[in-house]
Amino acid sequence: MIFTSKKTLIISGITLLSLIIFSVFIPSKSNALSDIYGDKIFDTGNLKPVDSELKVKTGENAPDFTLETISGTKITLSQFQGKKNVLLSFIPAAWTPVCSDQWPGYNIAKPLFDKHDTILLGISVDNLPTLFAWTKQMGELWFEVLSDFWPHGAVADSFGILRSDGTAERGLFLIDKQGIIRFIHVGDINVRPDLGIIVKAMENLEP
Amino acid sequence: MKTKYLHKTAVLIIIFLLLSFYSEAFEPAIGRKVLDVQLPVPENSQYQSYLGVKNFQGNFRVSEIDATVVLVEIFSMYCPHCQKAAPELNALFKQIEQNDKYRGKIKLIGIGVGNSDFEVEYFKKTYNIEFPLFSDPDFTIHKMLGEVRTPYFIGVKQSQDGKPEIFMSEAGREKTPEELFDLITTITDL
Repeated sequence: MIFTSKKTLIISGITLLSLIIFSVFIPSKSNALSDIYGDKIFDTGNLKPVDSELKVKTGENAPDFTLETISGTKITLSQFQGKKNVLLSFIPAAWTPVCSDQWPGYNIAKPLFDKHDTILLGISVDNLPTLFAWTKQMGELWFEVLSDFWPHGAVADSFGILRSDGTAERGLFLIDKQGIIRFIHVGDINVRPDLGIIVKAMENLEP
Repeated sequence: MKTKYLHKTAVLIIIFLLLSFYSEAFEPAIGRKVLDVQLPVPENSQYQSYLGVKNFQGNFRVSEIDATVVLVEIFSMYCPHCQKAAPELNALFKQIEQNDKYRGKIKLIGIGVGNSDFEVEYFKKTYNIEFPLFSDPDFTIHKMLGEVRTPYFIGVKQSQDGKPEIFMSEAGREKTPEELFDLITTITDL
C-alpha cells in the first residue's frame, strides 16, 4: 500500500480535501455581469447544465400559446403565421447572473432580426411584476417580454424545457412563417448562447 | 521513498491551488506591475500599426503595445452600461487621435469578455469603434482579472524600470470622456 504511515494518510486526505474545496466551493462566475445591476443579482452558483427533456423537434409545428406581456397585451404565437418568423428566447429566471445580460445584448441586435424578418419574444416563468421591474433595469427593450407564470411554466413545459425546480432552460426556438420549428438550441444553462448561432439559424431560414 | 514524494507532491498541490486562487480572485490593483494579459495579434493591418507590436505573429502582451499609456476596457456586448459607454470611448479616442501631443502615446483597446468574435465584431460595427477590440469567449482573461464587472477600466503606463504599472483600475462609467482624458494625462505626466 502507498499509505505507509498515519502522517501520509493525513496529508493525502488534506490534499484531496483541498482539491474538492477548490473545484466545488470556489465559485466561477463566468458571466461578466454588467455593472448596471449593482448588487441586485442573486448568485445561483453553477447549475445542472440541462434538467429537462425536449418535447419538440425541428420540422414540427410549434405548440401554440397565448401569454400576457409586460406591456399589458396578450400575444399568441400563431398570430405571426404568414407574417413573421419568430425567435422564442426562454430564460431560466429574472434577477439571475447569465439571464440578466442576455436580453440587453439582443437589444442592440434589432437590425439583425429585422434583416431576417424575424421578431423576438422573450419568455420567462416569472410573474409580470417581477419581469417588469427586472427588464426596466435593462433600459428600454424593443421586443416583447412574456410571462409564463401561470399555469406555472406551461409553455416551457409544452416545449419540454421546464426544469425540475420550476425554472426554464436557456432555450432558443426559431419558428418560421408557417409555424414550423426550424432551429432549437437548449445548451448549458450556465452559458449564454453565442449571438452568431442565432444569426446563422436566421440565415438558414431563407431558401 | 514513495512517502517522501507523496508528501512533497501533496504540499506542492496545496501551494499551487492557493496561489492560483489568490492570483485569480482579485481585481487588478493600482500600483501593481505588469498586466500579464496576452492577446492575439489582429489580422487587420490598421490595428497592427496602431498597436505597433513588433512581433506580428502569435500573441502579444499589453505591455508590448507601443504607447506610454494603454487604457484597457473590459466590456461585453451584452452589458447595457458598456453599450452606453461605447460612444463615450469613441469620443475619448477621437480626442486623443486629434491631439498631436498625445496621439501615439495614449492607446485604447477593448476586451469583450464572454463574447465570441462575432459578438465583438457586431459591437464594433454597431458603435463604429475604431480602436482594436479583442474577444475573450471562454472568460480566460476575465478570470485572470478577478472576474470584474463590466465595463471595467484598467490604465497601464510604462515605467522607468521597463515594467508597466497599473495606475487606474475601476468599474462603471463614472467619468466622462473629458475626465478620463484629464486623468490619464495628469496621472501619467504626459
